[in-house]
Amino acid sequence: MNEPSHAVVSYRIFIAVWLLLLALTAVTVAVSRVHLGALNIWAALGIASLKSALVIFFFMHLKYEQRIFKIFLLITLVTLALFIGLTFFDVLYR
Amino acid sequence: MTQPTTANAASRGFLTEGGKYPGLLGWIFSTDHKRIGLLYMYSVLAFFLVGVTLGVIIRLELIAPGETIVSAQTYNALFTVHGVIMIFLFIIPGFPAIFGNLFLPIHIGANDVAFPRLNLFSWWLYMAAAALILISLFTGGGPPDTGWTFYVPFSAQTTTNVPLAAFGAFVLGFSSILTGINFVTTVHRLRAPGVYWGRLTLFVWSLYATAWVQILATPMLAITLVLLILERLLGAGLFDPGSGGDPIMFQHLFWIYSHPAVYIMVLPAMGIVSDIIPVFARKPVFGYWAIAFSSIGIASAGSLVWGHHMFVSGMSDMAILVFSLLTFIVAIPSAVKVFNWVATLYKGSISLDPPMLFALTFIFLFSIGGLTGLILGSAATDVHVHDTNFVVGHFHYVMFGGTGFAFFGAMHYWFPKIYGRMYHKKVATLAWGIMFTGFNILYFSMMILGLRGMPRRYYDYLPEYTDLNRVATVGSWILVAGLLLMFVNLIRGARHGAEAGGNPWGGLTLEWTLPSPPPAENFATIPVVDHGPYDYDRVSPPHE
Ligand code: HEM
Repeated sequence: MNEPSHAVVSYRIFIAVWLLLLALTAVTVAVSRVHLGALNIWAALGIASLKSALVIFFFMHLKYEQRIFKIFLLITLVTLALFIGLTFFDVLYR
Repeated sequence: MTQPTTANAASRGFLTEGGKYPGLLGWIFSTDHKRIGLLYMYSVLAFFLVGVTLGVIIRLELIAPGETIVSAQTYNALFTVHGVIMIFLFIIPGFPAIFGNLFLPIHIGANDVAFPRLNLFSWWLYMAAAALILISLFTGGGPPDTGWTFYVPFSAQTTTNVPLAAFGAFVLGFSSILTGINFVTTVHRLRAPGVYWGRLTLFVWSLYATAWVQILATPMLAITLVLLILERLLGAGLFDPGSGGDPIMFQHLFWIYSHPAVYIMVLPAMGIVSDIIPVFARKPVFGYWAIAFSSIGIASAGSLVWGHHMFVSGMSDMAILVFSLLTFIVAIPSAVKVFNWVATLYKGSISLDPPMLFALTFIFLFSIGGLTGLILGSAATDVHVHDTNFVVGHFHYVMFGGTGFAFFGAMHYWFPKIYGRMYHKKVATLAWGIMFTGFNILYFSMMILGLRGMPRRYYDYLPEYTDLNRVATVGSWILVAGLLLMFVNLIRGARHGAEAGGNPWGGLTLEWTLPSPPPAENFATIPVVDHGPYDYDRVSPPHE
């Protein structure tokens, strides 16, 4: 059957991703010390999303999987975003 | 070619063969999707009967104003446990876990679900959770009294055993998620040759949409209940304004799951109705793609309307507007389905066998439930009827009149396939008639009471509400008489009914090509399907 062939990813890429993750962690800490008001939250969430994307795509191999799995993940994320977004119709206008 | 129509008398298909161990162990450790489906059926029905008993006691208390048979505190516990059992232990697992397990793999020509062991594990989780909920009734501060919605701040303060009951519901959520993952994977990966997406039965389409809701929404319930437990046990202050928390946030979190959950309850019911109607009207279903996509439409739009439970809870006016609008949008795909069912019936050669009666009843009662839902969904009228018996009437019409009756329809439709025998059809029709009558007497009275202002969740009421409350209580007795007759008839049928043959209703879907009961391995060779599930204009049903 169509047993998915596992792409061999080089250590070089893994290490690069790891360093990137560390760097982003440093950025998170740094940004939290600058006062940007509401933008602080967006920055923190943005960096966290980027980091999880790196983990999912490289460490969890999503990058090398069939498209359907990417679509599935996208559906999940869009749903979560909608849940949170709609709640803001209450929180922001109260 | 000789096709067996009934498994030979000594071996009754999967009912007698296939288990690794003998006797009961062969069932509770079986990974056969049909056996797991039946395990679920027996456990879920047992809880259903407990729930019904509690419901009848609630109605009995309401037969007269004042304290009649139970105290106020007991009454609070009664409706809470009734609600928790009916929602979490009966109706959410009901369709997917029972009939989905029994027939989803067969409908797509597969021999089992994608992850059979996970499937068995989800039944064990269900039983463990049920045990936790039962234990919560007799330990700690006694049975929870918050209503099935566990709203803070009361649920964070009451001395009753809320944490354990909430933990039970938490575990149940995992059982539901696992079933969802299993079904999505099964539908994507295990379809037999020729079963394209356009040849899936509408039942499978509805289970597919439901499975997505199970996967995406249930984690919200888990999070909410964990937060509630933290709030109670550690005083986290998440929902306590005094500590900077927000009680309305609990309601958001709760309903983000629990509203989509009502679509977990009703979508598969709509699916089976879409499957029953063409069989008993002998016509191709009208608007296949419209019905299939309306399932997806209901699942997605329905996930975004939770705020309509919170119109009077102090949410912002903007949110009320948005959620009210979204609520009206869900009515569209639901109506698409109703019109397509009616169009399928049009000029059909209709036979009113018991499954068909239940399916038609679904359309009728679900429509009443759905339309009264619009009264609740428009914010202005909701202010008046919120938290009255009108709401209780409305959701019993949807969940019991809709899903419940469709569930009984599915039982009567697939009964001959599962047990290889037929129940007494006249008795089944009689039981249907009694239930239908009792149901309407009971819940219609409650809706009128609600419109007249009687609140829900009270053990007492003003004397002017006495008459209709009496009528409703008598209705509950009629309803229960019908239920008992139905179950006795089915049990007798399973034991002593006449041999049913492979295809008693003349269905075109794959389960009717198998002997009744189906063999442990479903298909000896994986079938190659060359027609759609409702092509009554092109093919004639197998063994007819
Ligand atoms: C013979 C069957 C039944 C009877 C007599 C019955 C009766 C009742 C009554 C009188 C109440 C309102 C209690 C109050 O607000 O004071 C109630 C609440 C409720 N019922 Fe039923 N019911 C039955 C079946 C069902 C079924 C099949 C379901 C679900 C599928 C269900 C789900 C609920 C829920 C969720 C509540 C709300 C509990 C709460 O307020 O927290 N019931 N029932």
